[in-house]
Amino acid sequence: MALKQTVGRRIGMTAAAWLVGFLIFFPILWTILTSFKTEGDAAAIPPHFLFFNWTTENYHEVFSRLDYWHFAINSIVLSVGANLVGLLIGVPAAWSMAFAPTKRTKDLLMWMLSTKMMPGVGVLIPIYLIVQALGLLDNRVGVGFILFMLNLPILVWMLYTYFKEIPVDILEASRMDGASLMNEIIYVLTPMAVPGIASTMLLCIILSWNEAFWTLNLTTTDAAPLTQFIASLSTSQGLFWAKLSAASTLAIAPILILGWFSQKQLVRGLTFGAVK
Amino acid sequence: MATQQTNLAGRVLVAPSVILLFVWMIVPLVMTLYFSTLNYSLIESFPLSFARLTNYTDFIHNPEFFAALLNTVILVVSVLVISVGGGILVALLMDQQIYGQSLVRLMVLAPFFVMPTVSALVWKNLLMNPVSGLFAWLTKSLGLPAVDWFNNWPMLSIILIVSWQWLPFASLILLTALQSFDEEQKEAATLDGAKALPFFFYLVLPHIARAITVVILIETIFLLNVFAEIAVTTGGGPGTATTNIAYLVFKQALLSYDIGSASAGGIIAVILANIVAIFLMRIVGKNLES
Repeated sequence: MALKQTVGRRIGMTAAAWLVGFLIFFPILWTILTSFKTEGDAAAIPPHFLFFNWTTENYHEVFSRLDYWHFAINSIVLSVGANLVGLLIGVPAAWSMAFAPTKRTKDLLMWMLSTKMMPGVGVLIPIYLIVQALGLLDNRVGVGFILFMLNLPILVWMLYTYFKEIPVDILEASRMDGASLMNEIIYVLTPMAVPGIASTMLLCIILSWNEAFWTLNLTTTDAAPLTQFIASLSTSQGLFWAKLSAASTLAIAPILILGWFSQKQLVRGLTFGAVK
Repeated sequence: MATQQTNLAGRVLVAPSVILLFVWMIVPLVMTLYFSTLNYSLIESFPLSFARLTNYTDFIHNPEFFAALLNTVILVVSVLVISVGGGILVALLMDQQIYGQSLVRLMVLAPFFVMPTVSALVWKNLLMNPVSGLFAWLTKSLGLPAVDWFNNWPMLSIILIVSWQWLPFASLILLTALQSFDEEQKEAATLDGAKALPFFFYLVLPHIARAITVVILIETIFLLNVFAEIAVTTGGGPGTATTNIAYLVFKQALLSYDIGSASAGGIIAVILANIVAIFLMRIVGKNLES
């Protein structure tokens, strides 16, 4: 009897959870479906859910006429490049804060975090003017630098929480076994640090990919990533929903997949370790 | 001796990050502060002059400012209520013993990874279009008139879009907090015959209270800065119906080229964000000690 109740309850809860999940996911699903429709089907009333003439015409258009790759490559270069530079600067900092903390390490970490609280509009004007004066408007280096600075605090924080978890005892053990500092770093520390670094990189790439305040304000075409590409479609292609959907699907697909892999890190990264 | 060396090495390793972030934070902020005291326009050619606090008084007396301030508060509070309230429910549901939990979690989490410009345009066109959007068809099927979302309910439309983006975040964080809830305690409560509601209010809610606070504070910081969703859908309109502080500053600076006044608005935005930030920093700081 009791067993039956729990099974019944479990099925009910499952149905409810799947319904909620489906509803939340639906706008994305709808975008993907629309991207395979003709423009006529896309705006049809009543809407065609699955039974329509499936076509890949929109994707051809997005690739050929709308120059998708130009923007996609900008997105990739900007989000990967900015965070690679971030790692170069952030790994040593997080490393020394985790393994050789001083009295001020905690304050330093908190201060780094506080820079993240600065609203973009508070510094929009000077940064716009500086970037303009340097001739870096709509330039990958200019936007890339901004994206790098935006992520640096999160990057150092995340790396710090990962490095903190590396047991220091193991270092002492390897030292007892006569490992040199170089060997220690290559054979003991690196293998333990790599997963944390990879997770950090993943989350930071996602954040840069979707950043839409600075990329909209500082780029127009040459250095424009996908955020700007989609925004510009709204004016020129606003009424072509199937094409807009195809472009949107292409813009979000890579990061959606990366994001699904980084769920666990997401909690840690976005709450600065405050929720585990 | 050895520790002195490590300290020095430590300083050298930390220095680049600290110096970069310091410059990144201080230089633009000081410039904004400086601009905010000037009569400075990029289109009118009067000479730069000291304006004392007139930019602030102008910005505050500008009727758009009050509208923008109110809109910012409405947007932030509404999205917080929807995403945190909804997030608690979704997290509780996902925390049950259900089949295919990981797949449900993938679906719930997905909107968080959608870039703001995409979610705004998909909602505006595919869902909320008053003629051939999906919602129009739904209301018509129910025998109700179609809603012209962006003309009649502009702020509500923005709130819905932004809530959809943040509900996954709240759900995920709160689910993580729920999952650390002690199984034994849960069983003990069930065996004692605890009813669902008291169980939730006396045991579950206190357990996830801190996670809720963290979600509220982090979301607030991002929600004070909502920009792209407004820029690609309403452009702050109709009138000032969807202009928040972030968008107003953008408009003053890059559309009206009034640097002085926009800078004053920027400083006001910084002050607002800092009030929230202080609370968040306290919580994170406490966690760092434990």
